[in-house]
Amino acid sequence: MTFNTVSFLVQVGVLILALALLHKPLGVYMTGVFTGTTNARPERLFYRLAGVDADADQKWSIYLRSVLVFSAVSILVVFGLQRLQGVLPGNNGLAGVDPWVAMNTAISFVTNTNWQTYVPEATVGIVVQMCLLAVQNFLSAAVGVVVVLALIRGITRTRTDRLGNFWVDLARTSFRLLLPLAVLAAVTMVLGGVVQNFWATDVVNQATGVQQSIPGGPVASQEAIKILGTNGGGYFNANSAHPFENPSVFISLFQVFLLLLIPSALPYTYGRMVGDQRQGYTIAAVMGTLWLASTVLMGWGVAAAQGSATAAAGGLGEGFEQRFGGAPSAIYAAATTLTSTGAVNVAHDSLPPLAGGTAMLNMMLGEVAPGGTGSGLYGMLILAIIAVFIAGLMVGRTPEFLGKRIGPREMKLAAMYILVTPALVLALTGLTVLVPEQVANAPSSGPHKFSEILYAFTSGANNNGSAFGGITTSGPYLSALLGVAMLLGRFLPIVLVLALAGSLAQQRRIPQSSGTVPTHGWLFGSLLLAVTVILTALSYFPALALGPLAEGLIR
Amino acid sequence: MTPQRADLLVPTLADGNPLGTPGEHKHHTKKPARLTLASVLEALPLAVRKLAPRQMVHSPVMFTVLAGAVLCTAICIVRPTFFGIAVTAWLWLTVLFGTLSEAIAEGRGKAQADSLRASRQGVIAHRRLDDGSTVDVAGTDLTKGDLVVCEAGDTIPSDGEIIEGLASVDESTITGESAPVIRESGGDRSSVTGGTRVLSDRIVIRITAEPGQTFIDRMIRLVEGAVRQRTPNEIALNVLLVSLTIVFVLVTMALAPFAALAGATPSPIVLVALLVCLIPTTIGALVPAIGIAGMDRLVQHNVLATSGRAVETAGDITTLLLDKTGTITYGNRRAVNFLAAEGTGKETLIRIARLSSLADATPEGRSIIDLAAEQGITSPSLEELQRTTDGFDVAEFSATTRMSGLDLDGQMIRKGAGSAVTAFVKEFGGSVPPEIDGYVQAISAQGGTPLLVARIDPAVHDGARARVLGVIHLADVVKPGMRDRFTELRRMGIRTVMITGDNPVTASAIAAEAGVDDYLAEATPEDKLAVIKKEQDAGRLVAMTGDGTNDAPALAAADVGVAMNSGTPAAKEAANMVDLDSDPTKLINIVGIGKQLLITRGSLTTFSVANDVAKYFAIVPALFTATFPGLGLLNIMGLSTPASAILSAVIFNALIIIALVPLALKGVRYRAVSAQQALARNLLIYGLGGLIAPFIGIKIIDLFISLIPGIG
Amino acid sequence: MNTFLGYLRQAGTAVRFLALATLVLGLLYPISVFGLGQVLAPAQANGSILKDPAGHPAASALIAQTSADDQGAQDPKWFHARPSAVKWDPASSSASNLGPNDPNLTKNIEAARKTVAAAEGTDPARVPADAVTASGSGLDPSISVAYARLQVPRVAAAHRLSDGDLLALIQRNTTSGLEAFLGQPSVNVTTLNLDLAAR
Repeated sequence: MTFNTVSFLVQVGVLILALALLHKPLGVYMTGVFTGTTNARPERLFYRLAGVDADADQKWSIYLRSVLVFSAVSILVVFGLQRLQGVLPGNNGLAGVDPWVAMNTAISFVTNTNWQTYVPEATVGIVVQMCLLAVQNFLSAAVGVVVVLALIRGITRTRTDRLGNFWVDLARTSFRLLLPLAVLAAVTMVLGGVVQNFWATDVVNQATGVQQSIPGGPVASQEAIKILGTNGGGYFNANSAHPFENPSVFISLFQVFLLLLIPSALPYTYGRMVGDQRQGYTIAAVMGTLWLASTVLMGWGVAAAQGSATAAAGGLGEGFEQRFGGAPSAIYAAATTLTSTGAVNVAHDSLPPLAGGTAMLNMMLGEVAPGGTGSGLYGMLILAIIAVFIAGLMVGRTPEFLGKRIGPREMKLAAMYILVTPALVLALTGLTVLVPEQVANAPSSGPHKFSEILYAFTSGANNNGSAFGGITTSGPYLSALLGVAMLLGRFLPIVLVLALAGSLAQQRRIPQSSGTVPTHGWLFGSLLLAVTVILTALSYFPALALGPLAEGLIR
Repeated sequence: MTPQRADLLVPTLADGNPLGTPGEHKHHTKKPARLTLASVLEALPLAVRKLAPRQMVHSPVMFTVLAGAVLCTAICIVRPTFFGIAVTAWLWLTVLFGTLSEAIAEGRGKAQADSLRASRQGVIAHRRLDDGSTVDVAGTDLTKGDLVVCEAGDTIPSDGEIIEGLASVDESTITGESAPVIRESGGDRSSVTGGTRVLSDRIVIRITAEPGQTFIDRMIRLVEGAVRQRTPNEIALNVLLVSLTIVFVLVTMALAPFAALAGATPSPIVLVALLVCLIPTTIGALVPAIGIAGMDRLVQHNVLATSGRAVETAGDITTLLLDKTGTITYGNRRAVNFLAAEGTGKETLIRIARLSSLADATPEGRSIIDLAAEQGITSPSLEELQRTTDGFDVAEFSATTRMSGLDLDGQMIRKGAGSAVTAFVKEFGGSVPPEIDGYVQAISAQGGTPLLVARIDPAVHDGARARVLGVIHLADVVKPGMRDRFTELRRMGIRTVMITGDNPVTASAIAAEAGVDDYLAEATPEDKLAVIKKEQDAGRLVAMTGDGTNDAPALAAADVGVAMNSGTPAAKEAANMVDLDSDPTKLINIVGIGKQLLITRGSLTTFSVANDVAKYFAIVPALFTATFPGLGLLNIMGLSTPASAILSAVIFNALIIIALVPLALKGVRYRAVSAQQALARNLLIYGLGGLIAPFIGIKIIDLFISLIPGIG
Repeated sequence: MNTFLGYLRQAGTAVRFLALATLVLGLLYPISVFGLGQVLAPAQANGSILKDPAGHPAASALIAQTSADDQGAQDPKWFHARPSAVKWDPASSSASNLGPNDPNLTKNIEAARKTVAAAEGTDPARVPADAVTASGSGLDPSISVAYARLQVPRVAAAHRLSDGDLLALIQRNTTSGLEAFLGQPSVNVTTLNLDLAAR
């Protein structure tokens, strides 16, 4: 397996170029979707049938309640129907899903984590994949988007307690934004070799006598939204390493592009909506810098090809797909962990230690570079609020963010936000390593054993979904604990963000002056970058030292 | 004894400025106490008392350190090791340094407070009863509404308002300025402050403050830190610090099982050391001291604030409402030019104009004499006039004549407003030369005030008997440096609005000259209030000064209202600050003090958080190198041993608190630059510096520690 | 009570919303993509199935296909695929998920190296990494050019073909151009063996 540095740099360059070209048209389009006031006839029909009052403008608490009720209903439906799979049509002969696994999966897909504690080929049939999991791929991504939309409204609106209409935002994001993009992406993927049918094909090689049942399924349609919505739950167990999900290096690169597409265009939309494009570009620049640095670090970690087993093999290979090789795997691994996606085209568990450590570090950043659809931007905006608070004090002014004062209430919400995921990851990992039977679920030895557990909770609490796949998490203890991590890791931040949006919306706007800390430009960008790295990732330094660093730093 | 006339006249009556020069304001900045070893030692007992958990719990960060220190002490008692004892000792020092910084700050405040308080000790008040007789009571027993009689030599027992009489008062106890000021009943200079001394005359005062609630009482409590209410910014900062503390408590607590899995369980002492190094102790320890020092700085500027919140709000001000008179311009108009009528020599005009002002003690009058002197005419003096003539009568300015001047040798010399003088001349059959009208209009257009000079000479019998000789151009003179000051303010994002009673033409001319952003002409108190409301509705924070009772609503509505100490009790009550110097330009300094307070807090927070990076690199390799030798690569400082690395980090963490106490007390230097520039500068110094400094500091400490056998 | 009713009403909306969204996103969408796929690119949409000369479906060009016994020993007659954690069975897919320092992985790799070296009759040091490491999916159809070349003498002998013929076949089944630059030159064993069988 080779690592071609030139190819690596070219692919990074191609991605930057493609995103640079597309962020603006997509950003403009999204602004239109989010700020549009008219509903098309099918949408009106949809709202009528769903019982949605499309003209209602919700308070933050009602908006939040809608998010929570909708997600709770989704979890119950996804859980219940998985349990009933045995009696549903299109189950491919598979029985009802184990309750712990079904619970974990329901939470996982509704929280946009897409942690897969199940082996899809042996657990879920076409209907569950298509009508439950893929639907949540759309809706959970849309929930992330509408939450950041509400936050942006909180910033832009003044002296109101209204943040918009959750149901309308959700429907518009799903149908006007995600659906058309998903169709385009899915068709492209089919052209590139991704399967899209509803049957398996039996093949017989007369010469060798090999008989195979080549699986089928609505893979392309699910793959498209899995990537586009930064979900990451594979149709197959091997996820995007599977040749039917990711048949060539071209599709692999296309997937990385799709991963980054919406999260990197949202800052532009944000800039447009707050009426100052520089705001959006600064956020995008910080995200981009982190992404680039992390991708280079990942590339270096992969290329370094550390590890005794790696050395025994004479280089990279374990867990890699031959058609990708080193560079595309590194680029994919960085993007998938930086976007809360968790799709993988290489087995992360087998990555060289520092590359695996980079994957963890990426998630530990809080999924903000550029992060999940919507969730990445709201995470970054929270960090921006913390940064502007510190900056405001440093220039002698009560901090304000885009004309909104960052007082004790705002700070309380923002500080709790940055507290949530580290608390979940550290506490739950700590609890788990205290239980020897649970530690035994991680099959490795030495620091890698700890890494597998740490990775699981980091991935769960940050709603990433990728795994050091060696660990078995289908038992009640880990299913439940990871369920808690995913649930709290998703909805506590959402509660805090919407509360913050509500509190910002009520304020009047303070006019900007030269005494206001500008929240754009390289200076604020650097501060935001430092805050992101120091306040989030640094908390995990001791934990990383005991896992990937212990494994990867050899002297 | 009657007050010396000079005493009455010298102060600029318009603004109560006790200095001789009209409109000149000097700030009586008291020198801050120097930080000496003695003051530190003096603060030590208080610092130790502050270690009580009941007090510490107010600072969650330092409380965490205290809890850690207690835990380590317990461990050391059970299982004493040299390393454990050393770490524990430094943990205790960390806590102590925190309380010490607070105690030192309070000590300095106390010194201020004591001098304030001393003026009030044992004051006996002559309380006037309903029947007019007086009884002597202790000053501290007076309640609101009591009437007190003060005569020359008496100390005014409490805050109050003069209801009868006039007196010169020595306010040096609170202002530090020895020249007396005049206080009189009625009008805007009726208020007196407890602790000041009556020098002359007799006044009756109505007490306006409840016992212990006088302005000075409140200020004493503020500078002593006794009633330190947290300001919103302080609360918000505290929230951030608490959440960081929680994160790091979790980090260290989780580290125990993590490390146990690897068979590298660290000792509890080491974990506590890591925790203390990671939580933001530097800022956590210094927050109280910074707050107290901010109040202290305000007192040094002779400003009393009713709450710490007001000081911080001052830093946020985006609009300053400044009274033109006394703030932007010299308190009074000054003569800047003489314009002679046709047929009158310029020298004649100057001579006559000078005569008209010879007995005029108003600043305008004096400025005419000064201008004449500048043009070479310095005589006669009043005494010479008395000697050389048969005598003269002074025609004093009155509201009915609206003129002043002299009657000398049968001539009537007058100067005054255009309409008054015109009427006066016409009465004596004279006329106004046509060009005078042109002069008047030109002067008005420039924002100046024209004063007509006229002479009635009975000896002359033709048309020249009563005539206008010319015009004196009086102008509002903008104080030097004001334009720069406003430019500076603009750079800081602060708008200045000039408030004046002048007509719009005059106002706009002066506004343009001074370089203010906006002006309000012909302003009534209601207009002021409206401007404040308008600015606030636009999201701005407004500061203003005022002294009159009719300013009270505006002072109350403004986010920062600064009352002049010379002002009425109503104004002082409505304001949230009182300037003892009664200097309206002080507002600009107050804004600076507010900003400096926040800057110090923000900079030290940044410094504290940035420190963590180096501490991680000191402690993490020290914890695990024995188990995973590869982690030794993280020991980029090359610290000698794990024990020495941990101890060095703990010592650095403690010493940096002490090292930064002077900065916390003095405040981070504040410059009038844009937010962007200020941020760049402070990020560089405290952010980057905070990143680098501990690497160097810990390394140096390690070099010393490694010499100790058993550690190094 | 009001709050409770509010929750209930929203739950009702949520259920209806979810049901309608499932119709659109869970049925209409995948079926439309299916239809488009069958029109635009039926071969790819149905799994890139390759037919043998007789016209029967013989393999998927994207999925590893190798003849192996129950122990996982691959048929010496044909080109071998990479080791697979799922024994090349497309009914499942998985990597080994063993860590880079895992002693078991090292053991597996060393054993595989011995097996390959023995099968190819070559120095163990010449065995490339992809020959001894399990792929990410377990269904990786490709191997490195080096591993393909290493197998040439064995396969040539079994099929009584010249090395040159086989090298030409390998060349035909090797990625090239941009695809090789972005990824790496790879030989598709599934198609290579089909081509070999067709000769």
